[in-house]
Amino acid sequence: MTEAESPLVEASPTRDATLAASDVVLKAVGLTKRFGAVVALRGIDMQLRRGEVLGLVGDNGAGKSTLVKILCGFHPPDTGKIYVEGKEVSFRSVADARSLGIETVYQDLALVPQLTVAQNLFLNRELTLFGKVGWLSAGKMRQLAKDYLEDIKVEIPDIDAEAESLSGGQRQAIAVARATRQNAKILLLDEPLAAMGARESALIVDLVKDLSRNRGVSMIVIDHNYTHLFELCDRLNVIQQGRIALDQQVKDTTVEELTTFMVSEYRRELAAGQQLLEQ
Amino acid sequence: MRQTPAPKGRGSVAYRLVQRAMQQRELTVVLVTLFVIIYFGSVNSAFYTTANIITVCQYLASIAVIAFGEVLILSLGEIDLSAGAVYLSSPWFLYLFWHSGMPIGWAIVASMACCAGVGMINGLITVWLNVSSLIVTLAVNYVLFGFVLIESNDIQVDMPGQTGHFSIIFGVGAWSTTLWAAVMMLAIWALLKRTRFGLHVTATGGNLLAAAESGIRVRRVKVWCFIIISAASGLIGILDAIRIGSINPGSSGLDTVLPGIVAAVVGGTALTGGRGTIVGAALGAIFLGVLEDGFNLIGVNANWFYLAEGVMILVAMVANTQLGIVARRFRR
Repeated sequence: MTEAESPLVEASPTRDATLAASDVVLKAVGLTKRFGAVVALRGIDMQLRRGEVLGLVGDNGAGKSTLVKILCGFHPPDTGKIYVEGKEVSFRSVADARSLGIETVYQDLALVPQLTVAQNLFLNRELTLFGKVGWLSAGKMRQLAKDYLEDIKVEIPDIDAEAESLSGGQRQAIAVARATRQNAKILLLDEPLAAMGARESALIVDLVKDLSRNRGVSMIVIDHNYTHLFELCDRLNVIQQGRIALDQQVKDTTVEELTTFMVSEYRRELAAGQQLLEQ
Repeated sequence: MRQTPAPKGRGSVAYRLVQRAMQQRELTVVLVTLFVIIYFGSVNSAFYTTANIITVCQYLASIAVIAFGEVLILSLGEIDLSAGAVYLSSPWFLYLFWHSGMPIGWAIVASMACCAGVGMINGLITVWLNVSSLIVTLAVNYVLFGFVLIESNDIQVDMPGQTGHFSIIFGVGAWSTTLWAAVMMLAIWALLKRTRFGLHVTATGGNLLAAAESGIRVRRVKVWCFIIISAASGLIGILDAIRIGSINPGSSGLDTVLPGIVAAVVGGTALTGGRGTIVGAALGAIFLGVLEDGFNLIGVNANWFYLAEGVMILVAMVANTQLGIVARRFRR
């Protein structure tokens, strides 16, 4: 299946005129994956443009997580191809994917609670003096961290605060900031707004919008919450039974429409299942 | 403790001072140490004599050095119970090398290498065979004790290297072990707080997964810490043995390592990893040293000694956690 065949795909008019429709940073063609008897993916075709935020919607077991784990290099696909900026790639590890600028950001796992904001931003990319000795240039890192956070408009009251003392939203923002500072071009975000209050959510939504619009960072967001997805994303892909069942620009749809689609799909499956049982 | 010039108002000066003080994780240990020093000093004026201060320092040097090593290990989220046995067996390594004809200087180097080797074994078994470091190092503790008993035939021997400038530098001088401990304190403090390696130690103990994900070679970091604590414990063991003049095979090492761990933890290092303070460990060692010495000075009945020491350690630790709860409010 090519992109032309999938429903509702149009050469999306992007917010920024300089972004050509051909500016695809990540493309997957015919990805399949089975785990023993379970078929997780039955041929996924998808693409992600530069600076685009793509939401993945689907029930538990539809294949969202499997897809994301393939894209970040954790699982190899059984068949199918992945292209990064037009070049075919095959990831043998998460590190492989990362070296090509694809990074997953986990809300709770990413930071070291006892280290400061600046130390976390530079984790394992520390600036040092005297070469091998590894004497930290703490002041320089602190300043660069401050500048960078200001740059991407993330407000952290105290750059020397330990990550532990930050709110969930601030921690998430730091994790995202670290990935992009280290030149990640494609971020995979797993439920970035889970368990966050309104102010917290706003922090992340603003950050995601800023990074995608002004820095051309592309993102794939998995979330169960439609409201979150509509806030964050430019485009949504609905995954059902290991396939992309719907590909829709967010501005062309509504939460109600999407819910209706999901429910009708579910009913159809249910009816098909009953028919099968009756035969 | 750092103090910042407060900008305005008396109330705000006081508040900022309190806030500053509360932010120091070593606050409790400073308070309890000051308390025991003032208490013993007021009960017996002999406490402040130079001779007594030297006695205290000589007693606490080994506790302190083991505590510094444990700060690294505990920061990783591991524990090393073999450091006391390394401390006790390193002079035996030295004795055996010296006895076989090696010059004393080289014997020190060779026995330090043996100690580092013990640390490497601790580390490698812990990270590669995935055995809890508590068990690995406890087992190694007994292995070393057994080795010393076999090699010594359970007979005390005189320590070599008792004469000349050599001995003054390596243990016999009144301040020798204290100065060595101070140098090791500075070195390990700088390592933990000022270098990339130290940051990776904290990261490994604070969030193993995040550290590994970021590409830190967490296993290598752990093995190195086990090597460092063993080498440091071995060195102070040799120095203490030269100072005392003879070595005695009679103890398994747990009575040596546990005060070191207590000093580290009372000082503010978390048993759960990610938080270590070398300054706190030094203060914790001073606390234990003063306690031991003070009880001796005021003539606490030997039968009561351990009871009193145990109660004091409990008091210090409870104060630590309670104050920690209060201090958290000042940290936001």
